[in-house]
Amino acid sequence: MNWITNYVRPRINSIFSRREVPENLWTKCGGCGTMLFHRELSENLNVCTNCGHHMGISPRDRFYSLFDGGIFTEVAVPEPIADPLQFRDQKRYPDRMKAAQKKTGEAEAMLVAEGEIGRTPIVAAAQDFGFMGGSMSMYVGNAVLAGAERAVEMGRPFVLFSAAGGARMQEGILGLMQMPRTTIAVQMLKDAGLPYIVVLTHPTTGGVTASYAMLGDVHIAEPDALIGFAGARVIEQTIREKLPEGFQRAEYLLEHGMLDRVTDRRAMREELITITRMLMGLPPAIKGDLPAPSETEALPAPDKG
Amino acid sequence: MTHYLDFEKPLAEIEGKAEELRAMARSNEEMDIEEEAAALDRKADEMLVELYKGLTPWRKCQVARHPERPHCKDYIEALFTEFTPLSGDRNFAEDEAVMGGLARLGGEPVVVIGHEKGHDTQTRLKRNFGMARPEGYRKAIRLMDLAHRFKLPVITLVDTPGAYPGKGAEERGQSEAIARSTEKCLQIGVPLINVIIGEGGSGGAVAFATANRVAMLEHSVYSVISPEGCASILWKDAEKMREAAEALRLTAQDLKMLGVADRIIPEPLGGAHRDRETAIASVGAALSAMLGELQGKSPDDLIKDRRQKYLSVGSKGLAA
Ligand SMILES: [Zn+2]
Repeated sequence: MNWITNYVRPRINSIFSRREVPENLWTKCGGCGTMLFHRELSENLNVCTNCGHHMGISPRDRFYSLFDGGIFTEVAVPEPIADPLQFRDQKRYPDRMKAAQKKTGEAEAMLVAEGEIGRTPIVAAAQDFGFMGGSMSMYVGNAVLAGAERAVEMGRPFVLFSAAGGARMQEGILGLMQMPRTTIAVQMLKDAGLPYIVVLTHPTTGGVTASYAMLGDVHIAEPDALIGFAGARVIEQTIREKLPEGFQRAEYLLEHGMLDRVTDRRAMREELITITRMLMGLPPAIKGDLPAPSETEALPAPDKG
Repeated sequence: MTHYLDFEKPLAEIEGKAEELRAMARSNEEMDIEEEAAALDRKADEMLVELYKGLTPWRKCQVARHPERPHCKDYIEALFTEFTPLSGDRNFAEDEAVMGGLARLGGEPVVVIGHEKGHDTQTRLKRNFGMARPEGYRKAIRLMDLAHRFKLPVITLVDTPGAYPGKGAEERGQSEAIARSTEKCLQIGVPLINVIIGEGGSGGAVAFATANRVAMLEHSVYSVISPEGCASILWKDAEKMREAAEALRLTAQDLKMLGVADRIIPEPLGGAHRDRETAIASVGAALSAMLGELQGKSPDDLIKDRRQKYLSVGSKGLAA
């Protein structure tokens, strides 16, 4: 494949359009209150350089840092019919969609891409909490299916970064029906014997947790990510007691056996490379500067005899 | 003593008057009230037809939640023979919000699973108002596995406000349990048929209702979120549940149009609670019909049929 045509150009606009006002060159950390220069923050993958608090990161920014050289190809997602229920609350659903598209510069709440991580070919999908709370719509269901189908077609592992408040209410029952649909996507991967790795990011709740986010071969969460089915407020109202510190947080779920690992975003890429390579029966990744891609294929592995 | 829903209040008055007249006549044999009472009956019947002719989505939610509506246990007792409850998830507990076990339908052995809400204070508490905990889904998974191994059709009856929002339920992996139950529904190589008999509340319903055939009782509902929950999030006002119920398209009629429900089971006039026997018999007939449709299909075909149903759902929207 040609590296140049395969390259998805970073859209400079999308990086700056989100910073609405010049004062926003600084971001206040939600964890420790430190004011962080946004370039410093984005270089640190939106993790606070002072306290390690993980802030949201867009799927596109995540992919730039995940894939080798920031190079990836988007996987096309079949468009579902728009506004299937002609839903209207205080706003019309199409208006909410337009606002979300304008805010994020993305078409919908999930981005699917293929590329390599540490020279390991994968397909990845990432959910965008900034897009209507990452909610699971028919498009998101189609995206999970498209990613799984592409992974099966290419014989690659599928890595999914989840982030959602649940199913998209504006699509009613059709949002809910993405639970079985995405479960079918996971089954396709399992039928094909391909790894399905879920990275649960803040927050992952509702129908998303109760479907594809909890069906991985390996579950990794980012530190302090909120992960659960029911909302904490609803639970407190139901059981009429205060919930313990750290309830529904990644570390709490790890303790209760629902996760394999809690991993810092800055170490996630290396960890995904290590795990996917072992599950795919590949030799350990070569660390450090890599030679040009055309040469590695031909060269025998070093230090063997 | 009939339980009236708020929109049935005018009906309650008329039926109450007729009842009163007849009570008076019983204590005083000289009184001739039959004509007057019969007139009231006719008026009540007309009103009932009128009220139920075009139930709004919110009223349907109320009917679906009616305390006297037949529940899972009523259907199992009336339609199945040799019901043998099987308990426990083999991990932690028995969840009484979910009934399940072996039974015979028309003489043929099946596995039946359903949410049970309870019918009085004591049984409602015991059944946790039909809100399953993780153990309920895990028991269902176990029973679906059993059905698969012994080639028994699975029948699920859904009637739940949703999964239980509790601390322990979360700690013991409610999400994972629901996900695995949905996954199991899609994996078994036996016919899986479902009836939404009352409330199909969100993920807790999906966990059992991911079936080859989904039927809904005429006034049952199936939704991504309760109208009250949706109203408090999108309208920032839980009192806007009527608007939310409207917008969510949660009625059996809408779900049939959207391709989620395959058939609608008609309810007696005034809802299933007014004539429980007829409602139960209609569900029985629908179960037999749906099982018949799947007869002779191979395990692979049944799995494919189920996948195909869900992959194509929503492709046509309301225009279907
Ligand atoms: Zn900080």
